[in-house]
Amino acid sequence: MGLELYLDLLSQPCRAVYIFAKKNNIPFEFKHVELFKDSILGRKMPGGNNPGHSHEGQHYREEFGKVNILKKVPALKDGVFTLAESTAILLYLSRKYNTPDHWYPSDTQKRARVDEYLSWHHTNIRGKAGKTLWIKVLIPLFTGQTLPPEKLQEVMDELAISLKQFEEKFLQDKPFIVGSEISLADLMAIVELMQPIGVGCDIFEDRPKLSEWRNQVEEAVGKELFQEAHELILNIKELGNIQIDPQLKEHLAPLLRKMMK
Amino acid sequence: MVVELFLDLLSQPCRALFIFAKKNNIPFEFKHVELLKGHHLREEFGKVNVLKKVPALKDGAFTLAESIAILLYLSRKFNTPDHWYPSDLQKRALVDEYLSWQHTTIREKGCKIFITKVLVPLVVGQPFSPEKLEEAVEELNSALKQFEEKFLQNKPFIVGNEISLADLVAIVELMQPVGCGCDIFENRPKLVEWRSRVEEAVGKELFQQAHEIILNVKNPSTTQLSPELREHLKQLLKP
Repeated sequence: MGLELYLDLLSQPCRAVYIFAKKNNIPFEFKHVELFKDSILGRKMPGGNNPGHSHEGQHYREEFGKVNILKKVPALKDGVFTLAESTAILLYLSRKYNTPDHWYPSDTQKRARVDEYLSWHHTNIRGKAGKTLWIKVLIPLFTGQTLPPEKLQEVMDELAISLKQFEEKFLQDKPFIVGSEISLADLMAIVELMQPIGVGCDIFEDRPKLSEWRNQVEEAVGKELFQEAHELILNIKELGNIQIDPQLKEHLAPLLRKMMK
Repeated sequence: MVVELFLDLLSQPCRALFIFAKKNNIPFEFKHVELLKGHHLREEFGKVNVLKKVPALKDGAFTLAESIAILLYLSRKFNTPDHWYPSDLQKRALVDEYLSWQHTTIREKGCKIFITKVLVPLVVGQPFSPEKLEEAVEELNSALKQFEEKFLQNKPFIVGNEISLADLVAIVELMQPVGCGCDIFENRPKLVEWRSRVEEAVGKELFQQAHEIILNVKNPSTTQLSPELREHLKQLLKP
């Protein structure tokens, strides 16, 4: 049994893992986890009796629960070894498959810079960029209500602060976050920043330095692969036609209420 | 020139660094950045870390922020014992997994308790909100459940039989609510046992030393915030 990667390309960290694996020709089985069809998004373990669900769907959910008890994507299965958290997965793959040095440089200080970004990323770029999708698409989809424009503005203002720090501390005048070549830091950042793009919030507009960096990252990844990975999020309007699982709606209700406050 | 570590032991990630450096006899200069006095907002410190946060490291001309990055940097530069960040691929991945997950779970929720119970009252000059505290505790409870079910399970430490960076980063975060009078170890025997093991692996004396400040922070009324700091915090803490 080979390497299995459990992914939904709607998810930013999944895209980072997908791009990394493809770019480095790492052989893997793409296990498609459809967040909005398979009720995976809920944090609870699936119950034994779900009359509304197909038998196949339930089996898939239970199987996934064994791969990642946290019920989140991305997840990795390598033989009996299972792993969650995109950062951990990326590092594991880079080591196991001996990927080119620039992804996670062996130079102690350069490596520290990648670590520094990957750590800061969690509570600054990640989450903030993604909120745009929730406010503009997902919450309306799940609750049938659109949110007032102030809500989106709030999110954009918060993101603007992080973007300023990103440009001032992490990017500065360098082509990439760590020197002259793309690393895991750039990859994690770019996939996150494509999320608002998908819902029409062009955070690259009026940010020439960021724009330039984006182009460089796309080129380093390969435009075709980059487009492929982002096809889903860039066509998010299709999501409006999806039937939302009622149990999923229920699971998400408390989270959604909180986000709407 | 010796490594400089810019720390305030009030801060969880600073404690992790302090313990790690001391335990491994890493020579360093302790540069005290007193958060409650607003030292982190000073221009001088801004040159070390433009994000104006602790911990920060200065090694010659090289500066570094983010405790995880600093821990890893020190472990590599000073060749610390393998168990801290195992060379075994899968064990290392499990440490990475915890270090990644904890940012928005254990760390965030533990911080929220401290902010709600200690920081906000200091800033606004009013007692803390019991509802907000309850909410914060509930959220931490959720995270603790996942911690026990996924990361700890029935193992002595997060990754197998020896303490690693994962346990260190976890324990300092969990001491924050304890310092505020929220004993999250109460009624969690597995967690209590794990804590004892971690304390012993670190060394009880060092552990106590690192936690002296947070364990005596219950009397915020004796702390005076500078007006500049108070304003800064008011902005940061607005709901």
